[in-house]
Amino acid sequence: MKYLSEYRDPELVQDYLKEIHRIITRPWTLMEICGGQTHSLVKNGILEMLPDKLTMVHGPGCPVCVTSISVIDEAIWLAERPNVIFTSFGDMLRVPGSGKNLLEVKASGADIRVLYSPIEALQIAKENPDKEIVFFAVGFETTAPANALSVVQADKIGIRNYSILASHVLVPPAMEAILSDVENTIDGFLAAGHVCAIMGMDEYYPIAEKYKTPIVVTGFEPVDLLQGILMAVQQLEKGEFKVENQYARTVLKEGNRLAKETINEVFDINDRTWRGIGPIPRSGYEVNNRYKQYNARLKFKIAIAQAKENKDCISGDIMKGLKKPFQCPNFGKACVPEHPLGAPMVSSEGACAAYYHYASSDFIFKTGASRFTTKVEA
Amino acid sequence: MCLAIPGKILSVSNSSNTDEVFRNGKVSFGGIVKEVNLCMVPDASVGDYVLVHVGVAISKIDKEEAQKTFEYLHQMGETTELTVE
Repeated sequence: MKYLSEYRDPELVQDYLKEIHRIITRPWTLMEICGGQTHSLVKNGILEMLPDKLTMVHGPGCPVCVTSISVIDEAIWLAERPNVIFTSFGDMLRVPGSGKNLLEVKASGADIRVLYSPIEALQIAKENPDKEIVFFAVGFETTAPANALSVVQADKIGIRNYSILASHVLVPPAMEAILSDVENTIDGFLAAGHVCAIMGMDEYYPIAEKYKTPIVVTGFEPVDLLQGILMAVQQLEKGEFKVENQYARTVLKEGNRLAKETINEVFDINDRTWRGIGPIPRSGYEVNNRYKQYNARLKFKIAIAQAKENKDCISGDIMKGLKKPFQCPNFGKACVPEHPLGAPMVSSEGACAAYYHYASSDFIFKTGASRFTTKVEA
Repeated sequence: MCLAIPGKILSVSNSSNTDEVFRNGKVSFGGIVKEVNLCMVPDASVGDYVLVHVGVAISKIDKEEAQKTFEYLHQMGETTELTVE
């Protein structure tokens, strides 16, 4: 398949690996922001092939992982209204709220439907004029254009029985939160390619400058990731801290103007609480006043208590790069994908699930996970 | 959720609805064809590859830039040699 398989070429992967091994002279720690990148690194065995001097830590770029437990509770509350058809991306259904998850609510009879795109929700709204259709609008900047577009389209064609429960999160404020943490160990970042395809690179220059941290906008295939790592290591070895673009086939410096306009048409930036991390100022999107009739929180006057997080889950430390999944005493024991304690074990983009499904036990032992005793199937 | 997929535009709909917000097309993902909203990639046309994210194309893939990843190491080698000389 064009623009995919050629970026998985084993020979090219080896060439890039050799070059990284050749140029690295000191220990460095890089964080890949996006959970999609984490999965590609672990699934393709790249972590095991990198030099020992290079540590990859896995960032917070997993929307399922960072959506706060209170927002999951709001989603459950909405899904339980008798006149509501609740629609969502599939990976949100098994994320635990404070009591249950959406899948259990669905099993109890709620009309919850998994969609590939929020645009599909509009068709459901047209076909069910006596019902209220709510879409669970989660995600980073990547899903924001589609979620915003669904609202713009609904407004243009006069669909009134549609609203979204917005829980958008933004990458740059999270990077700043990580870099400002006193325990921070990150020397450089692989920025999330698809976020930058929309938002462009402008937000990253001040961060690179302020924290003297190289930031390389990187794609998702093995060759992309290795080129991004190589570019970041080159900068670190030279003492540079530039913003570079490995993923230029997709990412323009200015991003996608029309996508940004659509986002700005529908959303305002607001403060948001990140699961495991806590509140980060101006780190999310909420539906603005102009489109308030499409804001499910206002439409349904949701008022439920703020939920407490599960103390047994160390997802915050994992997403800030302070701990690896296998350093959690519950990893692979009390916390498995079938019965997750926290969201990173649920999501297809969560770091814990990536390690559980794909990391070999040799690799986990090699990297010093003395507390990890459960065998992981490769 | 953030993983967008590259696909080839097979057709762009010319429906009576000329509103740009509803510009749609059929996109093939290695043989699997889906209806995709193309309003955010106005310069993409039939035969182009676009990156599609939850039903909306967010970027047109640049063929020349795509090639550079394969030439990067080679070019870097040349640059290093030049510096040495």
